[in-house]
Amino acid sequence: MDASPLAPDVLFMLGPVPISRAVATTWAIMVLLWGVLALAFRTGAPRGGALQSALEIVVTTIAAQLREIFDRDPWPFLPLLGSLFIFLVLANLAAVVPGVTPPTGHIETPMALGLIVFLSVHAYGLRARGTRRYLHHYLEPTPFLLPLNLLSELTRIFSLMIRLFGNMMSHEFVIAILALLAGLLVPVPFLLLGILIGLIQAYIFTVLATVYIAAAVGAVEA
Amino acid sequence: MENAVEIISVLGAALAVSVGAIGPALGEGRAVAAAMEAIARQPEAAGTLSRTLFVGLAMIETMAIYCLVIALLLLYANPFTG
Repeated sequence: MDASPLAPDVLFMLGPVPISRAVATTWAIMVLLWGVLALAFRTGAPRGGALQSALEIVVTTIAAQLREIFDRDPWPFLPLLGSLFIFLVLANLAAVVPGVTPPTGHIETPMALGLIVFLSVHAYGLRARGTRRYLHHYLEPTPFLLPLNLLSELTRIFSLMIRLFGNMMSHEFVIAILALLAGLLVPVPFLLLGILIGLIQAYIFTVLATVYIAAAVGAVEA
Repeated sequence: MENAVEIISVLGAALAVSVGAIGPALGEGRAVAAAMEAIARQPEAAGTLSRTLFVGLAMIETMAIYCLVIALLLLYANPFTG
């Protein structure tokens, strides 16, 4: 409760590198994802088992959602956005496991994810439109708006990061304060609300990243 | 009053969150009301409307989250208390 959410809480040192709790949780989620995927797709057959079919349903559902936003073929963007969504869902719901805090509740994980989105927006934009046309869209509608366009590139990624961090962290605070004030059963509805918040924040982060990328490749106006 | 900076910082944090929550609350209320009306008029557009609503609500509540971050900076990473 009295630990600052802005400072990392270091679990152990790996040589000279401090490993914080959020990084360890992220690694655990990565190992879990990798294990499930390796288990599901170990045969590589077109008609796999039940687990493979379930995962294919997840992937095609995400692809259909992305197609509605992009209004074009979503598959080139699916590896990034799909894994972003699945990772965020698992990370935000990590609090369901007792003793685990969501890594998105500390500033460093949302910052890293925001940086990934920031770089991939420009990478996709440059690849889809070419350097000249991509850079020219900063001069639209008039060249006078160039500073504002550049500023909005930074602030929207900053707000993406702060939104995820603030929501997850503030919810942790609410739970901590409630557990401090009122004993056993009072925090339970708020824990249930936390599941909803985690899912909605994962959805919003992914949708906003999708909208930014779609604007960069010229699919939608944003 | 050697801890005046701390006292003012706590008051500032409370003020930032309480005042900063009013505007986004009113804005989110209007947005949800408009979306409800639109869904009632055109139930077949509910999917698109709710997706746009979620994104819009996220944009609106960013303002409140900024205020929360200011409050947290004042409480945990105050640059004036040394």
